[in-house]
Amino acid sequence: MTGQPLLAVHDLSVHFATAEGTVHAVKGVDFTVEAGRTLGIVGESGSGKSVTSLAVMGLHRGATVTGSAKLHGRELIGAPEEEIRRLRGRTMAMVFQDALTALHPYFTIGDQIAEAYREHHGGSRKRARARAVDVLGDVGIPEPARRADEYPHQFSGGMRQRAMIALALSCEPDLIIADEPTTALDVTVQAQVLELLMKLQQDRGLGIVMITHDLGVIARVADEVLVMYGGSAAEQAPADTLFAAPRHPYTRGLLDSLPRLDAADGAALRSIPGTPPSLLTPPAGCAFHPRCPVYAAAGDPRCTGDRPALRQVADGHRSACVLDEVTTA
Amino acid sequence: MTTPLTSAPAGGAGAAEDTATAAPASPWALALHRLRRQKAAVVGLAIIVFFVLIAVLAPVLTAISGKGPDQIDKKAVDPYLGGLPRGSLGGISPDHWLGVEPLLGRDVFARLVYGAQISLLVAFSAALLITVIGTVLGITAGYFGGRVDAVISRFMDVMMSFPSLIFMIALLSVARNVNRVVLLIGVLSVFSWPYIARVIRGQTLSLRHREYVEAARACGTGNRRILLTEILPNLTGTIIVYVTLAIPGLIGAEAALTFLGVGIRPPTPSWGQMISDSVLYYKVDPMFFILPSACLFLVVLAFTLLGDALRDALDPKGSRT
Amino acid sequence: MIGFLARRLAAMAVTLLVICALTFAVFYLLPTDPAAQFCGKDCSADRIELVRQQLGLNDPLIVQFGRYVAGIFAGQTLGTGPYAVRCDFPCFGYSFQSAQPVWTLMMDRLPTSASLALGAAVLWLVLGLGVGVLSALRRGSWLDRTLMVGTIGIAALPVYFTAMILLYLVVTVGGLLPYPRYIAFTEDPGSWIANLILPWTTLALMYAAMYARMTRNSVIETMAEPYVRTARAKGLPERRVVGKHGLRPALTPVATMLGMDLGGLLAGALITESLFSLPGVGKLFADSLNKADQPVIMGITLLASFFIVSSNLVVDLVYAWIDPRARLA
Repeated sequence: MTGQPLLAVHDLSVHFATAEGTVHAVKGVDFTVEAGRTLGIVGESGSGKSVTSLAVMGLHRGATVTGSAKLHGRELIGAPEEEIRRLRGRTMAMVFQDALTALHPYFTIGDQIAEAYREHHGGSRKRARARAVDVLGDVGIPEPARRADEYPHQFSGGMRQRAMIALALSCEPDLIIADEPTTALDVTVQAQVLELLMKLQQDRGLGIVMITHDLGVIARVADEVLVMYGGSAAEQAPADTLFAAPRHPYTRGLLDSLPRLDAADGAALRSIPGTPPSLLTPPAGCAFHPRCPVYAAAGDPRCTGDRPALRQVADGHRSACVLDEVTTA
Repeated sequence: MTTPLTSAPAGGAGAAEDTATAAPASPWALALHRLRRQKAAVVGLAIIVFFVLIAVLAPVLTAISGKGPDQIDKKAVDPYLGGLPRGSLGGISPDHWLGVEPLLGRDVFARLVYGAQISLLVAFSAALLITVIGTVLGITAGYFGGRVDAVISRFMDVMMSFPSLIFMIALLSVARNVNRVVLLIGVLSVFSWPYIARVIRGQTLSLRHREYVEAARACGTGNRRILLTEILPNLTGTIIVYVTLAIPGLIGAEAALTFLGVGIRPPTPSWGQMISDSVLYYKVDPMFFILPSACLFLVVLAFTLLGDALRDALDPKGSRT
Repeated sequence: MIGFLARRLAAMAVTLLVICALTFAVFYLLPTDPAAQFCGKDCSADRIELVRQQLGLNDPLIVQFGRYVAGIFAGQTLGTGPYAVRCDFPCFGYSFQSAQPVWTLMMDRLPTSASLALGAAVLWLVLGLGVGVLSALRRGSWLDRTLMVGTIGIAALPVYFTAMILLYLVVTVGGLLPYPRYIAFTEDPGSWIANLILPWTTLALMYAAMYARMTRNSVIETMAEPYVRTARAKGLPERRVVGKHGLRPALTPVATMLGMDLGGLLAGALITESLFSLPGVGKLFADSLNKADQPVIMGITLLASFFIVSSNLVVDLVYAWIDPRARLA
């Protein structure tokens, strides 16, 4: 740990008021991101991972965000919109999931990148366009000058995602939040895009938050992993440790459910029984307890009491399971 | 195997089955639940029911009031004032609940009530025809594609390029001896069906490629069965919304045509006719002008409110094509 | 592009031909007798029959139709001998009752209708778009709700009602404006405006209400699109996000609607022109109906169709210009 972390999030909570009641999308999440390192946030749909990242970027409308998120030591939550706006794109940038809908269909790729550049750095159109062409080349798009004048729908899926990354890079941010950047791509293209991100990180010392539901992506790029479930953090550990020795029953369930090439022929696929919790009326205590095999066996009241927070269970390894001493047995 | 028409309650990313106390799960029940909460829809529906009742009970109501729509009552108008009704507010009296028409002294209440019959009859019948024709042709074009689609689409294009109001007026003035109501319904339907057909065609086109339709076809299910059980149920939401929103236009069109003198002919009472007659007197007998206009306004308003609410309830993603 | 245009123009021509044929067939059934009109009131039955033959009214329908269509381009000579009338290109028939070619009659009135239509269009665009955008951006506020209820109400008002009320309030009671008559722009611009304000308002109100609602829906939908969130994530000021990224796609359906409405405005203005006794094409149509002046009715129907069909073409072209994705077709 060299000095201040790039991004330090503490006790972040997000809830929405809806006609049916309050939806608690994120409850008390903590994590940090270092420069030059990648934090992977993994969880199912509805686990709150995207909501967390949008809250950090201040892109929620009509949601109540509490807690703290400090970028280079500057508090983002509750800061005036003007201040955050200047940081967006410039210091922290986001790569969205589906580049086809996330890029404006009416403007050329070059225009969209140049626009971001001019907003933060000013200067002439020519300079901005030159910058756009440069950055398109950096992400491995062939003939960048020609392609800068094309529209998003004229790009292939993989190219578009690269263009999306180029857009995020255009103002040289320190932090990139990538929200499922490869989910809409096929596997080979996925590998290329991930490799690109890793290379960029190495070259520029970027801090990356990789949000995904795909454990394969995590295994490939993440240094540190945060597992989320039902809006809360379940486990946090370095990637190797997480895969080798998961402590939270949910993480264990997730890893167990991965099909393995070395499994016996005809072995049944394992899954976690039950369905994800409702965020409108969440279960009491630990969000996972209705589906947890350990709780089913032990029936411990601590699982249905207060919501468990992340606790240190080993060096650099935290888990939110209150029954942890039991599971390591 | 119909896809739910709606997405899960806003913000509730968890499965709806989990929550015992939240909104009901079936798409229709969900829609109804949402609809009931919109006050505008309830108001609209109430107004519609009110007018439908009035129209249906017209003979009963006029029996109670004692005055028929064609009954001339010269005593109620003042011949020395150019036929203006006696008394204030257009001649409101215990005899004539909403006053009388100038010149002939016909009872306004009776004429309004029977006028409701005509207006609603024309609008509902035309709406029914439009729905049937438009849905059949729209589904056929969208589902079967190819040459069938090309022919039907061409037909729709030509129909939509007609200056409909002008043509309707011309057609209506050409035909002299045909029953006006039937003619009106026919003419209105002929020029209005392409719009719903186009929407239905678009929806059918996208539905045709859904996995469950492909699955049904792969099982060897015949076309007719697919159309009836897979495609049509998914279109009902669109159809209902469209029809509800089309009715105000039809009512307005009938009133406009009658106002211009080519629609319902006297002595059949009609709101458009009454408004047309009242224009001359609007300064001196404003009630005669206001009453039928207000009725027209309320009915159009009610259907618009209901249609909007239905659209929000049945199609919250708002695919307004 | 050229191919596309050529195909559309061909389709247009076919559509117009079909409409022409149908209209011709319908008016063939009209009970009035053009020969009697041509000949005048004091003609004997024999004379009328002679005129019929000269005018070719005993020929089969197809032949008459063919002659009519040919006459549009080449002109026609009706009747023979000293009473013959010559109708030059473009010949849409000859009005015996007014002793003028239909084309002349229509073109004399067109400027009035155009003034009415275009002025109303400007008015309803300004009102409708303004209210719609305002409502959309302040969605859910009491302003939004009031405006939307108001627009439903206004859209429900019958046109003649609005006209009468306006006349009563503004002219009779308020004495603010004179009773509208038509004064050409070239004569006196001030009066031209003053006299057209009431007809403009009458015609525009209903459209304004519709456009306000449509714009509101469109803006709300567009602002929820992912590319708007990307624009915010780039750190663009909200003004630019809404104005450039949001409004342009939102206004596309409005533009297409406008094209179609303008095309159909000839019919739409009919009632307004009749109510205010403005000497436009719509009023000409209404008068011709009363007099059963068949050639004029026919000519106006064709003119109206032409406007509708051409405006559809223009709308498609404009749409392709605005939305790059539409250029593929």
